[in-house]
Amino acid sequence: MRGKKFIPIIFFFVALILFPSATVKAERSVYTYTYDYWEVERESPDAYSVQETVTGSKLGIGDFNNPQGLYVRDNRIYVCDTGNHRIVVLERDGNNNIEVIDQIYEFSGDVELNTFSQPHDIFVTETGELYIADTNNQRVLHLSSDYKLIKVITRPTDETVDKAADFLPTKLVADKAGRCFVLARNFNKGYLQYDRDGLFIGYMGASEVRFNLTDYIWKLLSTQKQKSQMAQFVPTEYNNVAMDKDGFLYATNAIFEEYQLRNDEAKPIRKLNSMGTDILVKNGYLPPIGDQWWDTAGGVSGSSRLIDITVLDNDIYYAIDRTRGRIFGYDDQGNLLYAFGSLGNKLGYQQFPTALEHMGTDLLVLDSRNLGITFYTLTEYGKLINDAIKAYSLGQYDLSADYWREVLRLNGNYDMAYIGIGRSLLRQERYKEAMEYFEFALDRMNYSKAFQLYRKEWIEENIAWIFTSFFLIITVPIVIGKIKKIRREVGVE
Amino acid sequence: MKVKSSKWISENRLNKLRHLGTTLRYSLYVITHPMDGFWDLTHEKRGSVGAANVIIVAALLTNILRLQFSSFLFVNVIWEFVNLIEIILGFLAPIIIGCIANWGLTTLFDGKGTMKDIYMAIGYSLTPYVLLQLPMIFISNVITVEEGAFYGFLYYFSYIWCGALIISAVMMIHDYTLSKALVTLFATIVGMMVIIFMLLLFFTLISDAIAYFVSLYKEISFRFY
Repeated sequence: MRGKKFIPIIFFFVALILFPSATVKAERSVYTYTYDYWEVERESPDAYSVQETVTGSKLGIGDFNNPQGLYVRDNRIYVCDTGNHRIVVLERDGNNNIEVIDQIYEFSGDVELNTFSQPHDIFVTETGELYIADTNNQRVLHLSSDYKLIKVITRPTDETVDKAADFLPTKLVADKAGRCFVLARNFNKGYLQYDRDGLFIGYMGASEVRFNLTDYIWKLLSTQKQKSQMAQFVPTEYNNVAMDKDGFLYATNAIFEEYQLRNDEAKPIRKLNSMGTDILVKNGYLPPIGDQWWDTAGGVSGSSRLIDITVLDNDIYYAIDRTRGRIFGYDDQGNLLYAFGSLGNKLGYQQFPTALEHMGTDLLVLDSRNLGITFYTLTEYGKLINDAIKAYSLGQYDLSADYWREVLRLNGNYDMAYIGIGRSLLRQERYKEAMEYFEFALDRMNYSKAFQLYRKEWIEENIAWIFTSFFLIITVPIVIGKIKKIRREVGVE
Repeated sequence: MKVKSSKWISENRLNKLRHLGTTLRYSLYVITHPMDGFWDLTHEKRGSVGAANVIIVAALLTNILRLQFSSFLFVNVIWEFVNLIEIILGFLAPIIIGCIANWGLTTLFDGKGTMKDIYMAIGYSLTPYVLLQLPMIFISNVITVEEGAFYGFLYYFSYIWCGALIISAVMMIHDYTLSKALVTLFATIVGMMVIIFMLLLFFTLISDAIAYFVSLYKEISFRFY
């Protein structure tokens, strides 16, 4: 009996000697997947790998407190440390080291209050001027790069604006012309648009109010008291805004009924032009709505609630989902490239994401519960996808197909790669092969295109045979009939 | 007609095959002249159960071949979720249950047809399904999505044709008027549902009863273990 106890210990030491290099490594991988034609989740290689999470205490400036806003201009990172009423400016150098450049608590200028109160968002122009949503002071500040006040944007002095409602700006962007688009709580007519002098121009991007027959019938049937208790119809309230390199606004909203997602009524992601109409291209299997299947697990249920969006210079956009902490990447055609991330405490997992930004192709996620900024960087696989899309948009179709072939080597479930190769083959007039690739991805329209051309080619090549067989089918029975007739006549005689 | 027997097939069998061939060819007359055709089918004994069997098996085969060989442009199958037994039963069970339900109803409401007549009528009514859907498998492979309207038209046409044949079959074999046939068909569908419900109820109860005895046995065996 005594000897038996030692056996596991001996095994342990033998194992230690045999496998001495069993070092523990931090896992850089985050669960990545795509959806195929059948909307089945297909696991995919990592498109982004997590690098690190930077917290305030790691930087030596004290922990962030409920940080809400993030902006990246070149390699500078601006964080709205909302609970600490400060703006933190960080810089990331070539070796990915992050340094604190500045902590802004106050600014100079001829105004009553020179400090912030719960700033929720920040935007920085190319020249380094800052737009800050100073939320609890009910104003938007426009500061120069050395923190001197240029102008203050306040509540619109328009008759249409509810005088009683507090003006609480939460999100903002500004374009090259100095126009500023502000999202304020309680203002649900879209974005408040200000001109370069800080004057209110009007609302932008308010969603159309739809007539709903069932609601109407219910209203007819209910009493006055019931009506007052009914939920008022409120137009979509956006929850965030981003601007792409061409000055289009990308908006997210998370207030909708879940059944409206799949038939594209909810439109959780919108791309607004200067008229405020949605011009987002949606050529994917489903409109960009985040997750397509909503499992209930671990206390999480329901559809994706996208709360921030960022648009890369190559028109690929990423949106982050608060329900499951996932980041969804879409190309400019609205195809889901990949989704990754999850809720959790591990490195690269989110708890309560509040903002998403990009630096080059790296993604930054600000989380108000783990109080850090998480950096994700493209993997080889993600880079290949980006390269393939870029080559295609530049008209280098064959190069693009080469990249897609590389992608397929890493992920055989990637429908976009099959379609990409098929398109390139189609252009090279290799219809038969193109058809094969389109069939892999079940792309019916492109397959039809290739097939039509292939069929034409086939008929042109075999026209002689077709006519010959046609001729034979018609003439042979006639000839046989004639012969039989003659024989019969001969036999009769 | 006198049939010459050979050494590897008896005269009797050859005659049977001849009869099957004639009755099978009669289906082409039925689908083009439904009223006349279905009347003669049973009253003049121009049809046979064998021919009905052949047509039903052919329709079943068409159904399966369609999944395998149609172009993915028109018939899109997730092969992971295809179950051959499910397809076969899903095709045959409605026919059998439909026969039973229709027979049960029409015997009560002075229908003239026997079970055999009903089965034969259903079998012969499926002829257009085979005749149209089988070539459509080939057609689907030589047309594009833009020309799909043609495919869709044929597809629905085959169903409408079969439906019209079934209505006229019920009219003729039971000697009903059109309105009575329609009412009977509707009642047949309800009857089919009732039969399926009874079957489900029966099997659930049986499985519950078995489970009860199994658990009883387990309890007892645990006690004495």
